[in-house]
Amino acid sequence: MAKNSARDIEITAFATHQIITQPNPLRSVLRRVEEKDMDDPVGRAEQALAGLAGEFKDWMATEINRLSAAYVAIRHGGFTKDRRDELFRAAHDIKGDAATFGYPAAAGVAESLCRVIEHAPDLEKVPAELFTHHINAILAIVHENTKLDSISVSAELSRRLRKVADDYLADVNRDRPEHLEVILAPSIAPAG
Amino acid sequence: MFRIDFNKLRFLVCDDNPHMRRILRTLLHSFGAREVYEAEDGATALEMYSHYVPDIVITDWAMPIFDGLELAQMIRQPESKGNPYAPIIMLTGHSEKRRVTVARDAGVTEFLAKPISAKGLYQRILNVVASPRPFIKTKTYFGPDRRRNINSAYMGPERRVGEKHEVLQQPSLLDKARSSI
Repeated sequence: MAKNSARDIEITAFATHQIITQPNPLRSVLRRVEEKDMDDPVGRAEQALAGLAGEFKDWMATEINRLSAAYVAIRHGGFTKDRRDELFRAAHDIKGDAATFGYPAAAGVAESLCRVIEHAPDLEKVPAELFTHHINAILAIVHENTKLDSISVSAELSRRLRKVADDYLADVNRDRPEHLEVILAPSIAPAG
Repeated sequence: MFRIDFNKLRFLVCDDNPHMRRILRTLLHSFGAREVYEAEDGATALEMYSHYVPDIVITDWAMPIFDGLELAQMIRQPESKGNPYAPIIMLTGHSEKRRVTVARDAGVTEFLAKPISAKGLYQRILNVVASPRPFIKTKTYFGPDRRRNINSAYMGPERRVGEKHEVLQQPSLLDKARSSI
């Protein structure tokens, strides 16, 4: 890619700030095509993503094993910053990836677990059942995912766990308005 | 109608999760990209950013060592020898409004909430290629213009002083994040 040199950059100074403009350094990669152009890069990418689907089950197994291992470490050694961060990242990855891998209800439960880890004022005081129920639910959803009648059960399980977690968080954060505001704020993602 | 010649673009992808890196690589190659460099943490990504000089950075937020937010802040150093202007697309499982604001204030150009979709990623790339925003430098911020909404009546503490046209008519980062899902 051609890069703009310093002399291409225009700086306009104002009292409190500068506005910096430059010719679009990426303009050369834009190509005008006819409206009837049949190239479909998004469709091509969706097809390629579908081609990975055969690996998603194994990938999901890796993700839930990581989550389980992170919690086992906490059960044995308590919450340290490193263990807390690893549990959060494992849950957060499932929150972000599970829907892509075909397990949207697991993503919802993982999001609920992330909220507990992020907003509980003292993780040592969180009832252990709140963690184990979330983790066991994710394991169950993934293991039972191929059974058609399990889909609505998974969604209901996800909703109920979220309700239990939110009630707990609202209670323990009743004197922490900054956390309460975040807990009660709507997500930019649709409810799963 | 415009298309992007992806084969002329160089990408840097930063995500600690190997599955997500594989998905991103697959999507970008399917779009037509040939040069896709990958890092699994922010520190490695920063080294690769200096070495490969990518056109577009796509980064996760939550990562060990230093995260995607810190990576964005390190790239957006106006006095650095590297390119502080490269578009940064933050692809993250975080889905709270305040996170979008924090990412914006770190100099992130576009925000894409997981789960990832080919369409969402393509739209973000098209945005940064076709509609780059001017950069703003203040005492506390250096990055793409954060103002996308018309609010000429705004008189709050963050109002800029001394300019004629301070508002760009573009959808907000939050609206774009929502539209991807």
